[in-house]
Amino acid sequence: MPTFVYMTRCDGCGQCVDICPSDIMHIDKTYRRAYNIEPNFCWECYSCVKACPQHAIDVRGYADFAPLGHSVRVLREEEKGSISWKIKYRDGRVKEFTFPIRTTPWGSIQSPSDYAVPDANALGSVMLAHEPEALKVKTLPTLPPKKKV
Amino acid sequence: MGIFSSRKTKFVDSDILIIGGGFGGCGAAYEARYWARNAKIVLVEKANIERSGAVAHGLSAINCYMGMQWDENRPEDHVRYARGDLMGLVREDLVFDIARHVDATVHKFEEWGLPIMKDQKTGRYMREGRWQIMIHGESYKPIIAEAARKAASEVYNRIMVTHLLMDKARPNRVAGAVGFSVRDGNMYVFRAKAVIVGAGGASHMFRPRAIGEGMGRTWYAPWSSASAYGLLIPVGAKMTQMENRIVLARFKDGYGPVGAWFLLLKSHATNAYGEKYEPRWFDEIKAMVGKYAEITPMPTCLRNHSMLQEIKAGKGPIFMQTQHVLDTKEKEEIGWEDFLDMTVGQAVVWASQNIDPKEKPSELITSEPYVMGSHATCSGAWASGPEDCAPKDYQWGYNRMTTVEGLFGAGDTIGGSAHKFSSGSFTEGKIAGKSAVKYITDMGGNEPQVDEKEINRLKETIFKPLENYDVGRNEIVAGTVSPSYISPLQGLQRLEKIMDEYVGGISTFYMTNEPMLNRGLELLSMLKEDLDHLGAEDLHQLQRAWELHHRVWTAESVTRHTLFRQETRWPGYYYRGDHPKLDDTDWHVFTGSQYDAKTGEWHMTKLPVHHIID
Repeated sequence: MPTFVYMTRCDGCGQCVDICPSDIMHIDKTYRRAYNIEPNFCWECYSCVKACPQHAIDVRGYADFAPLGHSVRVLREEEKGSISWKIKYRDGRVKEFTFPIRTTPWGSIQSPSDYAVPDANALGSVMLAHEPEALKVKTLPTLPPKKKV
Repeated sequence: MGIFSSRKTKFVDSDILIIGGGFGGCGAAYEARYWARNAKIVLVEKANIERSGAVAHGLSAINCYMGMQWDENRPEDHVRYARGDLMGLVREDLVFDIARHVDATVHKFEEWGLPIMKDQKTGRYMREGRWQIMIHGESYKPIIAEAARKAASEVYNRIMVTHLLMDKARPNRVAGAVGFSVRDGNMYVFRAKAVIVGAGGASHMFRPRAIGEGMGRTWYAPWSSASAYGLLIPVGAKMTQMENRIVLARFKDGYGPVGAWFLLLKSHATNAYGEKYEPRWFDEIKAMVGKYAEITPMPTCLRNHSMLQEIKAGKGPIFMQTQHVLDTKEKEEIGWEDFLDMTVGQAVVWASQNIDPKEKPSELITSEPYVMGSHATCSGAWASGPEDCAPKDYQWGYNRMTTVEGLFGAGDTIGGSAHKFSSGSFTEGKIAGKSAVKYITDMGGNEPQVDEKEINRLKETIFKPLENYDVGRNEIVAGTVSPSYISPLQGLQRLEKIMDEYVGGISTFYMTNEPMLNRGLELLSMLKEDLDHLGAEDLHQLQRAWELHHRVWTAESVTRHTLFRQETRWPGYYYRGDHPKLDDTDWHVFTGSQYDAKTGEWHMTKLPVHHIID
């Protein structure tokens, strides 16, 4: 289901160009709007669809195996922390789902630099950052003794 | 040489350079910063770390979580599981190391805002299976990327790293990496005291089932272009288990995940006549692999084998019987979210073909092979193990350092440590990140130096496909057929055809043998020569050209390893027709290879398997 862009909705902002993991959303030089330059390298990951402020990007199932007439539309709302899907079948049936995407405010993660500086000697230990507290067990497990053969 | 005139060379110096901003790379950035507050940590990524790597799309489960806080599993249990699934061969020290740290990683993810589903009765994380927990993971990657951005000194997006740089004075020490900006075409020279490669494994090395518009809908991301191996092999890093490619049984065409359907929703697979087929093939499997047939759960490759035999016997298509298990709204939502979080394309296949999983079953099929180090497979670099539990011959310095000094790896890069998935890859990145800090601290003033002549040579090499195109296109009127160059896509399709037909792809039902592999190597060597004649019409195609280089290096390694291992260790992943049985007498070993850049020769070795867990 490669992406395509509706001519009347795209304003050429380039958010899709910026986010596409496959580097296949490019700006058409004549129309100054985005389009999918390599549909056969599209993973249909929806990164561009979700990022488009104009909802100008949609998908049409891969021609090799997806009959026409379906649509899977998405609305990702970061401030609400949710994503909503509307799935329309070829025969007209519709299914709708909403799922959470994040439980904390965007940008709220602490940098590792915000934590107390670890003891220099701990660099030689096998413990990683925030251990053992973050493990939620008392100590980092070590190799169990092997039974004698 | 007009095309070089405006091209600048930018130098970026750092203490630690991280290549690839997926889960491995993000974990490395986070941990390195924790231990080295003033170090310059540079993260470079060919896409945008907000949505890059195998988890760009999202995920619906975390497949590696022990649950030690509830006594659900111990790290040694996970070693036994991974070892069984890989038919006896994993680096137990590396798997143990990830398993003992991974819970802390997952707890941090939850604290950062990743929604993890809870079991209403127990309050614990909802288990999909013994090792898997269910998440609302659409934004899994953006959350992890946020943590990495806060940790790194600088993040360079849209830089395709093409080669590693070696130290001028010490030939086996890494000194950085080079690449180019896919946006402005400038060359980037990253000089660093230590380098961590967290790049991806390989999709599109074997011909995929869809070869038209749908060729991008592979199971593994099409942007996973084998840079994890393509960067390491040419500089002589020792590689292991490169023959251990993975084949996945998934929903047909969309490649939707099956884990939640099998394990959580308790759906089951049948042949076209509604019969459960796995027990039927047990005796045959037992004759091929002996005691390994009795491992529970049945190893992934052996389940594939049953499905393949059933299809060959004319009992296909194979179906997932979804219609019996979606009896509540909650279960239906779990089933759909499983796709919408990580494989929207499967939802589209169902919508387009009028398949409602509540009403009818859905086809399953085995995929084309992929090469990676983080799933139910363990191709990658031979790495030094953890100081406190790796056997002596698995240790030569710093944890997760490859055989190249100062060169570390995480995720798909590191071989032998199967079943790490997203959480384990991040954890392995953390391990490598801390080790790299230790390495540069110990290094003192003895820093690597880069040879200017080498940089100039690489600059010519990197941009040559643009020149090939500029010159060659004037010879022809228009179109894609040139006598002097081939496009990256044309080269990729040749690679996929060679690997598919000679090295155990779908067209031979994953079968190969010595003559086929030798013929494959012959054709690969010509493809390698033709890579000097790739033509790229723009910077995007130049990225494709270098992705192809990485895939071809990896493909040669895969083929040589497959030739070297004279047995069929993982039926269902691939078969050696000339050595159709598992052979523990001669092949209870890891395969190893090292490429010698001076002579162009590959040195193959057997590496010992130590069982440190009963």
